[in-house]
Amino acid sequence: MVKLTIEENTYTCQPDETVLDALLREEVNIPYACKKGTCHSCMVRSINTRPPEAAQDALKNTLKKQNYFLACLCHPEQDMVIKLPDQSEFYTEGMVVVNEMLNRNTLLLIVAFKDAFEFNAGQYVNLQRADGLTRSYSIANVPQESNTLEFHIRRLPGGKFSEWLHDEIKAGDTIAVSEPRGHCFYIPERSEQGILLVGTGTGLAPLAGILTDALAQGHSGPIYLFHGSREVEDLYRIDEMRKLAEQHQNFHYIPCISSGKHVSEGFTHGRANEVALATVPDLKGWRVFLCGHPDMVNQMKKMTFLKGASTKDIYADAFLSTPA
Amino acid sequence: MTDTLNNQQTTMNKTLYERIGGEPAVNTAVDIFYRKVLNDHRINRFFDDVDMEKQAAKQKAFLTMAFGGPHSYTGEDMRTGHAHLVKMGLDDSHFDAVVKNLGATLEELNVPQELINEVVAICETTRNDVLGR
Repeated sequence: MVKLTIEENTYTCQPDETVLDALLREEVNIPYACKKGTCHSCMVRSINTRPPEAAQDALKNTLKKQNYFLACLCHPEQDMVIKLPDQSEFYTEGMVVVNEMLNRNTLLLIVAFKDAFEFNAGQYVNLQRADGLTRSYSIANVPQESNTLEFHIRRLPGGKFSEWLHDEIKAGDTIAVSEPRGHCFYIPERSEQGILLVGTGTGLAPLAGILTDALAQGHSGPIYLFHGSREVEDLYRIDEMRKLAEQHQNFHYIPCISSGKHVSEGFTHGRANEVALATVPDLKGWRVFLCGHPDMVNQMKKMTFLKGASTKDIYADAFLSTPA
Repeated sequence: MTDTLNNQQTTMNKTLYERIGGEPAVNTAVDIFYRKVLNDHRINRFFDDVDMEKQAAKQKAFLTMAFGGPHSYTGEDMRTGHAHLVKMGLDDSHFDAVVKNLGATLEELNVPQELINEVVAICETTRNDVLGR
């Protein structure tokens, strides 16, 4: 008989039961619907062990890596410690070590931690102010020896949280940071695969992390980054990206400007997503990462799929801004 | 000889879902099928869901059912689930187009014709409910 542990409680899983069956019998409040692996409502995470293969088969590789699995398809082979999706999250105090402007409306915020902060480049965290106000931000760097996280914060007019970060927070202040979340990150496999990165505005943050990670892990396939904004003043890290492209033959950086009629040399005129689709002819076998405005992300999920990318290879992070 | 007989026996006893390859077969077919549907100008307006992942999950549930796999849809579910599409003008020609795309998907995956016929037959049983008749 296998034991299932969730927080302080331990349940037994009978030989013929799935994890979902056992938890429902024990009246644990777990979301579920189809009970056959289709809807993914009952996706939970194993904390202590790799889940059985059959329970992970249909999941994205990044979810597999984090030991997520479908409770309805899991016949546990050993005792499992499980985390349900709605369990309250754990915050760690960090200290602001850098706050400076990246361009006219984007703040670079670097937060340092006493101990190692484990994450995959491209994931996001919740930042929380002392009064409880909370917002999600993508991590823009790869894990560092200095235990620092980098964030790119765009000032939203009337946005309580971004205005607080832009106007009030200073080096030496502390801020609460949640555990990392999200499954939009690089996994070192199929290193000859093409990678398409498309981001608007601070959508560059997670993409920069993913890019750095992929290059550091020796990804050898072509990597295209399309970073777009309305005006050139709203792009950032242009020189750094150009330098990276010079250093890595397989990396191509295409900054896109959508407003006006003409753009200066070195920039492409048009929306980043449209330029990307026009530049890369076929996405069969490619890995795709999309970050930024929700409309762009949703439309591009479909367009890149139609151009041949498999649904399992399309990773997206839509930025939802909370009204003030 | 006995082995062959046994094999035939096993084949006979297996459900369509097992013979077609179960969930892995669904996972392989779903991208190909959904891409065909989205590229088909006769029907893609009915599939224009904003959330592609949800839409892809629905396609997976549909294929599981069409392959004779485990599902919990009733005729009534089919009716209510497609009622808004019937209002948009969903008719037999669109239903036929979806079934054609599914058949073409399975042909592309070298599924034997007799299995494809069985899949098409399962789809047919839902026609009246889907079209709200």
